[in-house]
Amino acid sequence: MSQTEFPLLTLITFFPLLGAVILLFVDKEKKETLRWITLVVTFLEFIFSLPLFFQFRLDTPAMQFVEKAPWIPEYGISYFMGIDGISLFLVLLTTFLTLVSVISCWQDIQDKVRGFMICTLFLETGMIGVFVALDLFLFYVFWEVMLIPMYLLIGVWGNPKRRIYAAVKFFIYTMVGSVLMLVAILVLYFQNGAATGKYTFDLLELYKLQVPMNAQFWLFLAFGLAFAIKVPMFPFHTWLPDAHTEAPTVGSVLLAAVLLKMGTYGFLRFSIPLFPNASHQLIPLVSILAIIGIIYGALVCMVQKDLKRLIAFSSVSHLGFVMLGLFALNLQGIEGGILQMLNHGFSTGALFLLVGMIYERRHTRMIEDFGGLWKQMPIFAAFFMIVTLSSIGLPGLNGFVGEFLILVGTFKASATYAVVAATGVILAAAYMLWMYQRVMFGELTKPENKVLKDLSAREILVLCCVTVFIFWIGIYPHTFLSRMEPTVKNYLIQVQNKYQAGLQIQEREIRLAQAESVEIIKK
Amino acid sequence: MNIVTPVLNWSAIGPELILSLTAMGLLLINVLAKKGAKGAIPYLSLAGIVVALVLCISLWGKSEYAFNRMVVVDNYSLFFKIIFLITAALTVLMSIRFLQEEEFEYGEYYSLVLFAAVGMMFMASAADLIIIFLGLETFSLAIYVLAGFFRTQPKSNESSLKYFLLGAFSTGFLLYGIALIYGATGTTNLKGIYEFVRKIHLLTDPLLLIGMGLLIVGFGFKVAAVPFHMWTPDVYEGAPTSVTAFLAVGPKAAGFAAFLRVFLYALSSLQTDWVWILWVLAVLTMTLGNVVAIAQKNIKRMLAYSSIAHAGYILVAMVAASEWGTASVLYYILAYAFMNLGAFGVVILFGRKGEENINVSDYSGMASKYPLLAAAMAIFMFSLAGIPPTAGFVGKFYIFSAAVKAGYIGLAIIGVLNSALSVYFYLRVTVMMYMRNPEKEFAKLDLSPAMVIALIIAVLGTLQMGITPSRYLDLARQSILALM
Repeated sequence: MSQTEFPLLTLITFFPLLGAVILLFVDKEKKETLRWITLVVTFLEFIFSLPLFFQFRLDTPAMQFVEKAPWIPEYGISYFMGIDGISLFLVLLTTFLTLVSVISCWQDIQDKVRGFMICTLFLETGMIGVFVALDLFLFYVFWEVMLIPMYLLIGVWGNPKRRIYAAVKFFIYTMVGSVLMLVAILVLYFQNGAATGKYTFDLLELYKLQVPMNAQFWLFLAFGLAFAIKVPMFPFHTWLPDAHTEAPTVGSVLLAAVLLKMGTYGFLRFSIPLFPNASHQLIPLVSILAIIGIIYGALVCMVQKDLKRLIAFSSVSHLGFVMLGLFALNLQGIEGGILQMLNHGFSTGALFLLVGMIYERRHTRMIEDFGGLWKQMPIFAAFFMIVTLSSIGLPGLNGFVGEFLILVGTFKASATYAVVAATGVILAAAYMLWMYQRVMFGELTKPENKVLKDLSAREILVLCCVTVFIFWIGIYPHTFLSRMEPTVKNYLIQVQNKYQAGLQIQEREIRLAQAESVEIIKK
Repeated sequence: MNIVTPVLNWSAIGPELILSLTAMGLLLINVLAKKGAKGAIPYLSLAGIVVALVLCISLWGKSEYAFNRMVVVDNYSLFFKIIFLITAALTVLMSIRFLQEEEFEYGEYYSLVLFAAVGMMFMASAADLIIIFLGLETFSLAIYVLAGFFRTQPKSNESSLKYFLLGAFSTGFLLYGIALIYGATGTTNLKGIYEFVRKIHLLTDPLLLIGMGLLIVGFGFKVAAVPFHMWTPDVYEGAPTSVTAFLAVGPKAAGFAAFLRVFLYALSSLQTDWVWILWVLAVLTMTLGNVVAIAQKNIKRMLAYSSIAHAGYILVAMVAASEWGTASVLYYILAYAFMNLGAFGVVILFGRKGEENINVSDYSGMASKYPLLAAAMAIFMFSLAGIPPTAGFVGKFYIFSAAVKAGYIGLAIIGVLNSALSVYFYLRVTVMMYMRNPEKEFAKLDLSPAMVIALIIAVLGTLQMGITPSRYLDLARQSILALM
């Protein structure tokens, strides 16, 4: 572990919160001031997070930028933060997309601007905290804390008709999963204490614990439920369409781009390394649910009339790919999974931004209300095309690299899964292209559409920022993959070792039980 | 003739003495003073509370018996005494303007609050079942009167009568239980009972068993455990809101103080006999409290059912027993005091004569008119629901850790699911405040400095206990060592 002199991660985590506190003192009527302050805060935040990228060491798989201080020492709770190849890009994704979202909502939010900015900044703190926390208690606190601002964002600034329903559903659904995870964390804590005499929530210590097989199974399910709801995996995905559709643009972007990644990150960081035997045993279950998610998500997308709902279900489909890749448990699968997490963040984030822009103009999201927009808004059409193709996975753009790696990894693990999942790619192309055709191509029939303005400079800036990454990851993914590789390789070795050790313990137990039963029969 | 006067250890009951003297002094002042001077009564009562608080803190660390081993002074009782004093202080602060507005500004109110606090404090330092009964009756009588304080309002009368009848009935149960235990063990002293019960290897004595059961009934009523909870919603709804605030925290804490001492110390050897009863009680209490709270439209009733549910969580910690369980009870009760008093404080502030605002839907749009008040209420609601980084979360975490450690994983799961369930009705208040438009015109808030101070203390307590719980956890752990 490389200890750092300057507490960079603490700064990155809590700086947005500081910004939120500063905003409290600004008069809530001064909308422009509030927006500029928030912009400066998120911009600085992004700048602060850049050293993480540039100073990231490629020679070591261990945690970097580590900060550790005791918090509640009597219970082994410490303030333990650090990043590695897995979480590095998730943190950068968060800081970058929050900055982009703040620019994008300049005109969108006119009501209660101060509250909105405070919620966004508070949310940023929570999101980053989840990705950098290495102490289970600290992780849980950030996980829960992040619910409140998201709930407020959806419930206060969302679509008036169903926003409260969506917000409450989101909150309670996520919370039910989380509280079961809490019990699992406590069980793990006490098991570790009983086994080693050391009571701690330190994740790296808990990694070393060999949990007995039947306990592993239930603990994996408990953690897994919380993460499966977040991902979202079928059949725990029903909160997603409502939350995404009713949220304001910023809410949808951050929800899709960052919050959903917490579920997959959770599987990667907690479920698999803590419970490798249970993970191996449940690979079929997770993979099948992932594939159902891919196909079902795609099929449901085809019949959606609401643009935002369509994109929401496409998230279910895309993240099914990520889950499949992660549970292939090989280098390509996991790297593909992590990369696809980033890709989904950019592509779907961009899609929501685009839908937000068109909604600002027409105040409708129904596909039938559009048609033939490419003539009226050519720049918009161009960006939309790029992002659509990225979502589909066209070679040259980011989606292809991720999906390809995932399919290669899955094929190595199980050919059947890969073949079935590949059909999901075709379905993705189907629904996305059909949607694009209905919205952008064809005849410009509706009179309201004939007076639409094309993108403003600010909107072009927002979309350019994201498009740059779409091309960068697609053409030269090495920048990203190289930083993930040492961590993922080491990760796989650790998981494999722990799995083998677990198998040996299981075999020994079986042999002991057999010997005992022979003894009993003899008597 | 030589009259032998017993050596009385006055310092052991110093805080109680100070409060009693203050209360009696206030009664005199109330009778003798001119109209204008009566306004000083609440502040004098606060002065008495502060002196008692200082005394309690100075007694910290002591561990001694007094009054023929009937009263004990140890960290455990001091921790509870401090909670009672904080509760009384916050109640007094919240009542001042409230009573003025409702035109029931009588000095006796403050004396009654102090007397109730004295009763609770005795219950916490009791080392003998008789003193427990004494303390119980003292504060119960005071609260019976306080509940009916708004004597022109029929709801207040109903509340007082219901509480009195059911309270007297349940005290009867308690007393009968004490009598049976005396019959079985030969003593009412807790240490004596502990020594006696320890020697029993197989529990066959029906007197002891039935006595134990009756004690559970008696205590169960006071802490509003299911199925002894029926009085709670009506009493909470009818009583003046400041009394409800006091009632929601004080008697519950006092009841648990005695409950723990009797069951986790005196009857601790019989744990295998009573733990399953408490398990069932805990599950019923949590579940019923949370489920029925969802259906409530009146905020006072909702908070009443929520307090029933919280009693359920504390019962979970009692099932866990052990060091962790007991310490978590202490921490949770302190956290509960802050968040509950705060929530009721907001209800008091927001309700006024002629426009009671007692339905949850009356809170619609509060955030746009009174952002700070809404934020404070939101913090209390999140804390009651158990969402980080508040005291309520750390308290629940602590309790469920104790349950998991003791092996009651099923109970912990039921507990956390109940916690998730409760989020619905706590969040509903924040939904009303933040996400709905105001349904009617809000009258200007009558902010008295006392109320503001009370709310600030409650908010700070809730947040501080949640973000830096170490100090409080430590205090809680120090306090139970005396009990073990």
